[in-house]
Amino acid sequence: MSVWDKLFSFQNYAELLGLLHNSILAGALLGLIGGLIGVFVVMRDLTFAVHGISELSFAGAAFALLVGFNVVIGSILGSLSAALLIGFLGVRARERSSFIGVLMPFGLGLGVLFLALYPGRAANKFGLLTGQIVAVDDPQLFWMLGVSVIVIAVLAVLWRPLMFATVDPEIAAARGVPVRALSPVFMIVLGLTVAMAVQVVGALLVLALLVTPAAAAMRVTASALWVPVLSVTFGVTSVVGGILLALGGSLPISPYVTTISFLIYVVCRITGNRRLRRGWARRTELSQPPAAEERREPSVA
Amino acid sequence: MSAEQMKRQTIMDSATPGAASSGIAAPIAAASLGAPAPRPVASAVQPVVSTREAGLAFGDRVLWSGLDLDIPPGQFVAILGSNGSGKTSLIRVLLGEQPLSTGEAWIAGEPVRRGSTLVGYVPQKVSIDSATMVKARDVVRMGLDGHRWGMPIGTARTRHEVRRTIDELLASVGAAQLADAPVSMLSGGELQRVRVAAALASNPSILLCDEPLAALDLRHQQEVAALLDRRRREHDTAVLFVTHDINAVLDYVDQVLYLAAGRFRLGPPEEVLTSEGLTELYGAPVDVIRTQGRVIVVASTDPTAGLHLSHDDHGATDPPAGPTRRFRR
Repeated sequence: MSVWDKLFSFQNYAELLGLLHNSILAGALLGLIGGLIGVFVVMRDLTFAVHGISELSFAGAAFALLVGFNVVIGSILGSLSAALLIGFLGVRARERSSFIGVLMPFGLGLGVLFLALYPGRAANKFGLLTGQIVAVDDPQLFWMLGVSVIVIAVLAVLWRPLMFATVDPEIAAARGVPVRALSPVFMIVLGLTVAMAVQVVGALLVLALLVTPAAAAMRVTASALWVPVLSVTFGVTSVVGGILLALGGSLPISPYVTTISFLIYVVCRITGNRRLRRGWARRTELSQPPAAEERREPSVA
Repeated sequence: MSAEQMKRQTIMDSATPGAASSGIAAPIAAASLGAPAPRPVASAVQPVVSTREAGLAFGDRVLWSGLDLDIPPGQFVAILGSNGSGKTSLIRVLLGEQPLSTGEAWIAGEPVRRGSTLVGYVPQKVSIDSATMVKARDVVRMGLDGHRWGMPIGTARTRHEVRRTIDELLASVGAAQLADAPVSMLSGGELQRVRVAAALASNPSILLCDEPLAALDLRHQQEVAALLDRRRREHDTAVLFVTHDINAVLDYVDQVLYLAAGRFRLGPPEEVLTSEGLTELYGAPVDVIRTQGRVIVVASTDPTAGLHLSHDDHGATDPPAGPTRRFRR
């Protein structure tokens, strides 16, 4: 079997597709909420926090696997505790980074311990770190659906104040936005999303879905509408595309997913740079006349 | 006007200006000011900002006390003083973010509270993180409805109206051409204009500006100051302006509130910014030099003696080393 056949094989594709519709559905859901929450992850500079949360989520999932508990619930518990710890103990960016640096290896270490104690199939173990394609059964999909609904509902309600608090916390606080209270609420939602992502792409590759699509979208647009829309589109394309390509091959899905999302980012970056060189928006040509107009004002006043 | 407001109004009217003040100079009733640009202020006009016996202390440290303010609509008030004299704290009190230790404060007859739409706020911080890909128009929109819950979904008509309002706001600060530019790509002066537009979005009665010029070069300082002045003239929006450098706004200022050493002095700039007045306020010899239309505050004799503000102060209360810096324009 050549490397090419390992990478891409489309024999019995229709059958596989039928078997794996759960995974595809879960992937699409993940692309959706990952793309939405990624907008805030990038703007609030929580990239490293996402990585930290995913390692503890991995530990939780590994523990659930060991004791024969629902893996989704295990990973949700792991990531929620990490998200809340980071949210409360690491308010300032610098503190946060070092705290995550402390937390992350501990979580990974715990996960490795639980997996080492687990007597079952090696594929299950590996899957938690790098993603698995056949793992999504009906109860898991049910959990994922529930989590997605919660995440989307909370984001829909919080969108405007959260965006305000993210862009300009000082002014938002002055306008009565509960900036301090929003932070832990957002971390909970983020924790839930990370727990879902761990199920599909594995703990090590969560960033490819929670950061890359939003980062790519923000290279090409600053529109309040198009950033989330593009981010979700990129996210769904990466996951579903990755699953579809991975179906026939014998490899895990994560390399497909991460490669697609990386390529999207590269294209967006090139496009964005071109736009920058041409002068993003028209303001450069217009900035001179108004400045001259302003200078006259003191004499008028 | 509600019965309660009426009552309060009466109380305010009957309060003798400055009678209870512990400041060294009696605060001058705003309505009777001979400000450089006298504004028609009828006595019946309700002040947009009032305080009575307002004091703020952190533990033993008294920032200011006995503050009685009445700022009528459209007045431009500069707040001066050394670092740590409580300028920013006063702004935070009026924003409802910092409770007073003593006394009371009202915005347009209502007790101060957080999130009041009567108050617009322009902070000192200028930069927005480069990761923040948000258009200028969306920053202005946050001033309009950013504090509301839910998605920003509306009918085509409300969307159109919101868009027009934002365009008008940006045009009013001379930033119409910046509407679709990402804020992370704006210069400091451009961004501060956008911030002013956002602060004006709720059509406030008072603009609280906490050193809005601090990070700007001289030309942009003049532009932003002129902008605020135009706004208060055209819309009667009072402006409370914390600054280190009175000179950038000297042409526009009706009153100066000078905070120092736990006390304050309030009045038109030509009355407050005098050698005698500030010497008394600081309890140390201070010279106020007026030259080429600019005001410079320096320690009188030995630059290093006595004057506690000499090392930590700048701008209007210039450190002794400062004068050279003052003549940059």
